[in-house]
Amino acid sequence: MSINPKTPNPTIKNPRSVLKSRLHAACAATALLLATGSLAQAADLNALIWCDHADPALLQPFEEANGIKVNVKEFEGTGAGMAIVEQSQPGDWDVMVIDSIDIPRGVEKSLFEPLPEDKLPFADLFPQVKMDSSTVVNGKRYGITEKFGYNTIGYNKTKVDPADMQSMAALTGDKYKGKIAIYDYYLPVIGMAALAIGKKTAELTEADLPAIKEELLKMKANAKLVGEVTASQTALATGEVDILVGGGEWVTAGLAKENPALDFSIPKEGAVLWSQSLAMFKDSENKDMALKFIQYIMSPEGQARLATSACYWGMPANTKAALSDEQKKILRFDEQPDFLARAQPYPAPNADLDKKMQDVWTEMLQAQ
Amino acid sequence: MNPAKNSGRALPRAGCALPRAGCALRWALVTPALGWTLLFFVLPFLAMALSSLTAHDGGGFTLANYSQFFANPAYWQAMVNSLQVTAIVTLISVLLAYPFAWILAEQVPERWQRLALMLAVLPFWTSYVVRSYSWLLVLAQNGVINRALTGSGLFSEPVQLANTRLATVIGFVHFFVMLLTLTIFANLKQLSPSYRKAAADLGAGPVRTFLHVILPLTLPGIMVGAFLTFVLCIGDYITPQILGGNNELLMPQLVMMQIGRRGDFPLASALSIILMAVVTIAYLACARWLKIERA
Repeated sequence: MSINPKTPNPTIKNPRSVLKSRLHAACAATALLLATGSLAQAADLNALIWCDHADPALLQPFEEANGIKVNVKEFEGTGAGMAIVEQSQPGDWDVMVIDSIDIPRGVEKSLFEPLPEDKLPFADLFPQVKMDSSTVVNGKRYGITEKFGYNTIGYNKTKVDPADMQSMAALTGDKYKGKIAIYDYYLPVIGMAALAIGKKTAELTEADLPAIKEELLKMKANAKLVGEVTASQTALATGEVDILVGGGEWVTAGLAKENPALDFSIPKEGAVLWSQSLAMFKDSENKDMALKFIQYIMSPEGQARLATSACYWGMPANTKAALSDEQKKILRFDEQPDFLARAQPYPAPNADLDKKMQDVWTEMLQAQ
Repeated sequence: MNPAKNSGRALPRAGCALPRAGCALRWALVTPALGWTLLFFVLPFLAMALSSLTAHDGGGFTLANYSQFFANPAYWQAMVNSLQVTAIVTLISVLLAYPFAWILAEQVPERWQRLALMLAVLPFWTSYVVRSYSWLLVLAQNGVINRALTGSGLFSEPVQLANTRLATVIGFVHFFVMLLTLTIFANLKQLSPSYRKAAADLGAGPVRTFLHVILPLTLPGIMVGAFLTFVLCIGDYITPQILGGNNELLMPQLVMMQIGRRGDFPLASALSIILMAVVTIAYLACARWLKIERA
């Protein structure tokens, strides 16, 4: 269903809200947009993406098949992505890659268009990654999971005992002190800390934060660094550390050829399931092509290319992804039913708890 | 020369003592710069200041973003860390850059100075990010330095250099020594040899001449370079993010943290304003000390 852009938006309360929204956008997104060097072109397909979608091996087949250019703008973090959208004109963007748990944030801002379920391969998705609690809002589906994986324990199996990696206790014990890196993203690692102390990630409350903080501080005391994607990947690949808390196939699979010693485990306490989705913008002026793009990404061929993208690998959401046997082995495709059964959802806190979790993370980073 | 003063006439109006045509020309010349500053500094700054006074969750005017900074020790610590790192970097950079600039200006023959300067600023030619990652590899457990340390038998185990405050300081100093060298070198070259000759005539030795004549005269160059180092260092995100290993947070990292996922621009704006206030205080301190403020 298409929403008329002229319809008054019920979420806009008063001029102050409008002013505030403009100010926020002006403060950050101007810089982000200027940095791109070019604004989105209405005639092409314009996509706000994560780095895995920038791989020419993924985009070129779609561009050639449809005679269209896909303009991409990479961003990190939903907040940064939303700022770009707020600073853009309606219709500038057609599709967006977003954390599955953040789709409701986009729906709340009236950004997304419901997706036609009958035109997308929902039946072929791993059932556990459909993420209906996030992707379906008020009975309408606004996102489709395209890729997933685990925030768990990544390690070098020639340097650590794989048996130790079956328990999160190894992360806080003395045996691997100074050999550990922590992935610098508070939600999944807080999720892992919660699992380590026996909490369920979907049921976290403010009352759990002191115990989680204590667990995080123990991990920090053992860690050599807390790094974002590239830094933590580099640290594991170069032998600076032997274990990556929060790592998983997204770190180890892409490096498998160069460094087959890298592996990941799903410890007995479980792992945190991450997933990314595709959403279509309500104001897109190219909805047919946007849907075609989503269909391409969700096709067996598109899924295989996305799963093995140059930026990072991850499990394709579509069970029929056209992966080679070698690629399936690296991604441990056949073990997914067991992994999924033991994984817990990504923490999806409300705004207040989210802020408190980030503050706990800040305190952990500052702890010496 | 002030023509109005010489003619004995009163100034037409404050700020413009020139004839009407001269005044117009002066304003015409200065307008583009003023417009640029207004458009790309004053207005964004006002937008940021207003944003810092709004609530992230949709409320109205609030000082909560500022009070959060003062109430949360982890936030405070970021400022303390930033100031400590910046002070260390500035001090080390000055101590290294001065002798370097001195050698360039005084010991290197005139015809080689241009080449020497070019070599000195060579690090500026590489990407900031690439340079930081290069340092990470140099300082890593298996990097050049640790191999040399363990290979020479000085240490039996690799020393943790990467992902520390030391690594951040090294990355900064590598960059800012070049900057300071340029400002101090320019200052030294402007010094007339007569000062040294006069000091010698009056019986001052080389050390006394340096301490009482050369150093005070080159202080403006040092202070300009030190202030630039302070400003660029305290606002830098890349170097501590890549080399520091996030084992402690500095202010720019704290600011970026508010934006990534939560998009909390009001808090990020408040933290940026606080950071800017510190830079302003540093500027005022420098300006006052150098007596370059205008009455």
